[in-house]
Amino acid sequence: MSALAAILPRGYLSATRAFVLLAAVSLLFADLAVTTMDPFGELRRMFAGLAAPDFAAIAGWSVVSTLAFAVVGVTLGAGAGFLLAIVFARSRTVRIACALVRSVHELFWALLLMQVFGLSAITGVLAIALPYAGICAKVYSEMIEEADLSALVALPKATSTVSAFFYARLPDLAVRMKTYTLYRLECAMRSTLVLGFIGLPTMGFYLESAFRQGRYAEAGALLLVFYVLIGSRRLWARARTLPLLFAAAILALPSMGGSGDVSSNLLRFGRAIMPAPLRNGDWLSLETWSRFGAWLRSIVTEQILPGALETLVLSQLALVATGAGALALLPLVSRRFTGRLGQPLGRILLVVVRSTPEYVLAYVLLQLFGPSMLPAIIALSIHNAGIIGYLMGRHVDGLAYRPDAPRGVNLYAYEVVPRAYGQFLAYLLYRWEIILRESAIFGILGVATLGFHVDAAISELRLDVAVVLILATGCMAIAVDALSRALRKSLRIERLPVRLSTASIDRA
Amino acid sequence: MRRIVIAFAALLALCGQAFSQAAFVFTAIPDQDESRLVERFTKVAEYLQGKLGVSVKYLPVKSYPAAVTAFTNGDVQLAWFGGFTGVQARKANPGAQALAQGAEDAAFKTYFIANAATGLEKTADFPKEAAGKTFTFGARSSTSGRVMPEHFIRQAFPGKTPEQVFSRVGFSGDHSRTIQLVQSGAFEVGAVDYSVWDLDVKAGKVDAAKVKIIWESPPFPDYQWTVRGDVDETYGAGFTGRLKAALIEVTDRAILDPFGRSKFIPVDNAAYAPVEEVGKATGLLD
Repeated sequence: MSALAAILPRGYLSATRAFVLLAAVSLLFADLAVTTMDPFGELRRMFAGLAAPDFAAIAGWSVVSTLAFAVVGVTLGAGAGFLLAIVFARSRTVRIACALVRSVHELFWALLLMQVFGLSAITGVLAIALPYAGICAKVYSEMIEEADLSALVALPKATSTVSAFFYARLPDLAVRMKTYTLYRLECAMRSTLVLGFIGLPTMGFYLESAFRQGRYAEAGALLLVFYVLIGSRRLWARARTLPLLFAAAILALPSMGGSGDVSSNLLRFGRAIMPAPLRNGDWLSLETWSRFGAWLRSIVTEQILPGALETLVLSQLALVATGAGALALLPLVSRRFTGRLGQPLGRILLVVVRSTPEYVLAYVLLQLFGPSMLPAIIALSIHNAGIIGYLMGRHVDGLAYRPDAPRGVNLYAYEVVPRAYGQFLAYLLYRWEIILRESAIFGILGVATLGFHVDAAISELRLDVAVVLILATGCMAIAVDALSRALRKSLRIERLPVRLSTASIDRA
Repeated sequence: MRRIVIAFAALLALCGQAFSQAAFVFTAIPDQDESRLVERFTKVAEYLQGKLGVSVKYLPVKSYPAAVTAFTNGDVQLAWFGGFTGVQARKANPGAQALAQGAEDAAFKTYFIANAATGLEKTADFPKEAAGKTFTFGARSSTSGRVMPEHFIRQAFPGKTPEQVFSRVGFSGDHSRTIQLVQSGAFEVGAVDYSVWDLDVKAGKVDAAKVKIIWESPPFPDYQWTVRGDVDETYGAGFTGRLKAALIEVTDRAILDPFGRSKFIPVDNAAYAPVEEVGKATGLLD
């Protein structure tokens, strides 16, 4: 720390200190008890199964529907996002709507959409397309703002807006948008795993059952196939193959369920999400509104406040652990440290680390440590450290070094980390919001995050409560996003690339 | 833009396709090992198809609320619900009826089970020494895995919630998993459906040296077949009656054994009033 203090800019250091301090305070509130008694019987079965994957057990169609949901979801989401991006900078309403839409976890979208569209392909597609539209709108609009304007300036005065857009702006943006959109496909494949939780027949459906029921050989095979899909994305997902993929995906989407009547479902859903006191009471009577106040107050004090605190404690600890993990993983993927031979191995390791779903990690860790916040923190940190470590490795390889640069530990401690620290903070701040969002799905560990309460409300069929909780989660994500952006700005690292796709462009 | 239009058209076409199917679809709460559910309900689907003369399909779902939602939305017309999910479903669908339950379901039980390392022994009264241990329910809206155990816990410790009685409370998701988590010691104590425990013991999945029963609960009504109120309109007058008769007439052991039931007997909505009362008392129902 003292060596770093001498080298790093003051702002970076105080930001780091603040986060570590916050995590230390969180530690006081966190519940990290280790309570298992005999984890090794189950763990031995687990690793024996994972080591001998049973490919014959894979339901082949689940691989197809995983791809189909991802491709259709991303295409619709990116399409809508592109249209929204045009007005994004000008309309505050659009910005807020996009922020809300993207702050809701895909799992919650799926649960809500299921109320209206049943267990159908539309539910799955929209659960991906809606949040992705929000994300793409924001990212595309940032790209539009950052784009090179020299071509636009050279246009004759009478050029129409439409021509100007297509001839002077789009060509500059097209490559970046393409790279980003194709990267979203990887994210979408990860998202489809969560759709399995509600019963859509993606690989997540079978992975979750296989883990739950101890069929670890099948789980191992599913995970391996999934790693190959993610690792080979650049080979099959290209701008040229996309129309073909899309057409095939539409045909391949599973047709199932959804036989109910959408309009009557919509009516029922509208009634169900109306707060219970208002649903049954007279809107003109004062008593209805006082009952509504009491209803809201009990949700805020019994669920939102404790849930938000638990979620914050979890995500602060996970954030700092992610940072430490990413710095530790960095040398594994950088050619500077591993050489040409070691680097591909490091990359494979990181593909595995970042595409293993958090719930799988959490389940393994639950066996090891027993139920507490610990499995959730470790699962979140491993997953996100994998993503940031990978990005940092690429970034570090892109830097220019002196011919007589030091090697090994000296290079790492005195050159690489100080030079890349700003970039590191930028990535970490960007993941902050995402870690917060993901912490929602750890209800099974008995960690009472906001997601735990949403799960409870949905089990009790209290959609009105669920919607209030989801909105609260959304507001929290928006607040964290705003805070992280303000921090990035004050640290002057906002211009550094924070996304996988933009990072890879430099080296593509 | 054209892609989007095509996509929506294709999606609408998919919906249209779904509308035109007049198959009779049923689901079940996913309370245990999925392979066992598929085996069990595929046989039921074949049997009902033969008896009713319509195409019958089983739609597997992943969670208890998903089963209730599918029933409410009309994705399925019939469901094998637990006591509590059945109450939830009939409350959301006026006109829906409980048709038949297993003979064992009239007096169902919960087992409290504990990891051997806790040193807890089987008792006739509620095992109050379990207080302070880690505890897992099954699914959140499971009757024998959550609603009734919570009721018994609250009875034994008046004025306290399960969270105040135990050092930690988790929701494993289903009964097979509760057994597995208590056996591995991830949780010290758990509440489990007695019929799933018996099936898992028979299947050799339970290690008697590591996990054992410490308490048997008093009886309560549980699982039942519930049908939507509008099936006579869709499948012809008298359909509900024929369905009920078909369920009660099941004698084939190959269908009944995977259920752990000896036969199905007629039942009505009123039989589940005790479960509804408990649901209201624990704050799980309005």
